[in-house]
Amino acid sequence: MLKILKYSFYDLMRSRWSYVYFLFYLILGFVLLFLNNDVNKAVITLMNIIIVLTPLIGTIFGVMYYYNSREFTELLLAQPINRKKIFMGQYLGISISLTLSLVLGLGIPFVLYGLFKSAAIFNFGLLLVVGSFLNFIFVALSYNIALSTENKIKGFGYAILMWLFLAVIYDGVFLISLVMFDEYPLDKFSLIATMLNPIDLSRILILLKLDISALLGYTGAVFRKFFGTNLGMLLSMSILVFWVLIPVLRMNLKLRKKDF
Amino acid sequence: MIEFKNLHKSFGKLVVLNDLDLNISEGGIFAILGPNGSGKTTLIKCLLGMVIPHKGEITYNNKSVLGKWDYRNDLNYLPQIANFPPNLTVKELIEMVKNLRPKQSNEQDLIKLFGLDDSLQKKLGNLSGGTKQKVNIVLTFMFDSNLIILDEPTNGLDPIALIHLKELIQKEKTKGKTILITTHIMSFVNEVADEIVFLLDGRIYFKGTVDELKKQTNNDNLEHAIANLIAKQYA
Repeated sequence: MLKILKYSFYDLMRSRWSYVYFLFYLILGFVLLFLNNDVNKAVITLMNIIIVLTPLIGTIFGVMYYYNSREFTELLLAQPINRKKIFMGQYLGISISLTLSLVLGLGIPFVLYGLFKSAAIFNFGLLLVVGSFLNFIFVALSYNIALSTENKIKGFGYAILMWLFLAVIYDGVFLISLVMFDEYPLDKFSLIATMLNPIDLSRILILLKLDISALLGYTGAVFRKFFGTNLGMLLSMSILVFWVLIPVLRMNLKLRKKDF
Repeated sequence: MIEFKNLHKSFGKLVVLNDLDLNISEGGIFAILGPNGSGKTTLIKCLLGMVIPHKGEITYNNKSVLGKWDYRNDLNYLPQIANFPPNLTVKELIEMVKNLRPKQSNEQDLIKLFGLDDSLQKKLGNLSGGTKQKVNIVLTFMFDSNLIILDEPTNGLDPIALIHLKELIQKEKTKGKTILITTHIMSFVNEVADEIVFLLDGRIYFKGTVDELKKQTNNDNLEHAIANLIAKQYA
């Protein structure tokens, strides 16, 4: 598996898009820091961008890589390697290279700005951890979609729809249902609904840590009360881990029956 | 050496392999023939573990291959469509496949034989179809394995490369190897094949030597004998 990981990783590191993605974060980091002049504020702005952008890029990279390397995957499948290892290697290769773009792209400007002397280091660290989780989650989800869809265009469409649903539509439906049923107790509902969407969960996780959860109103209050601080963090993190594990598990199950 | 038992595979409603039984003994060149869509590639892919049959059993050297992968260390496969990652050079690709298969390889002789020395540093995306097929052949023949599977090996090859390919196949045969070939070029079959396996409607319709086939169909010409077999399907 390590060999496949290595080649997928090198292949992606050679692709122009990895650099574009890295440069984007690098420029974003510098611009935000020097315009805001405040690490904490920059972290909040970054959060809003990362929470929507990393899932989108993860989804697109995942689907594109799968469809573009189809014939090559066939060549690998005829070699004496377990097919699970081939796909896990590719999956980790994409996820790690995207995560590296994120961590280095944002890390460099923040370190240069004097992150280590700032109190915001934990918040920033959390932001990177959550961003990395979102990379791993959405590459896994998009790989699932690609494995289940033979047609490239359809697969691409489904993947974008999945992103649109989790990043935009889900929130809309969630809000509407909160308004519609506001006469009922909604604490549990809103908690569970938030956990079922990794993007929402990441947002809440960072906002809670930033101590601006009062801005969140209802949901924030519920979350504060339910999770406390450390326990809430632990629980949310483990749910993010599940969000990685379950798609990866399904990927492996799907692979057992898949024809190439 | 290879045994397919009651092999069944369908894609949706289309039944591709229908309770197929086939025995392939060790040594010799076997041509797998049949009209388009008769299941030749599916049969091969089942053996390679790329397509998973719904029913049946496949054994290689008396060991089941379904769900396994290590048996593939003892077989070489030439895929029908030679598409490689466009960003890699020929040399890098060869190194990579070598790295994935910890086995003795003799790629230098083959590179020289097919005149690929000048292409080694070129990116695979820039190669012509025929040159890609030559790279494909090098990747297939550079390992020493008991079973060699060739899916349409003559695709896009120029006459000289074709002669070299035939020589290679004969050389491997004299080493006692088993070679499975699918092709539509009958003259190629006539020249190299020891035995013919003819697939029709997902079953083995005929298995035997070229002469037996000619005798059975009362036809001296192999191309017509095969056409005769296919025509029965249309009738």
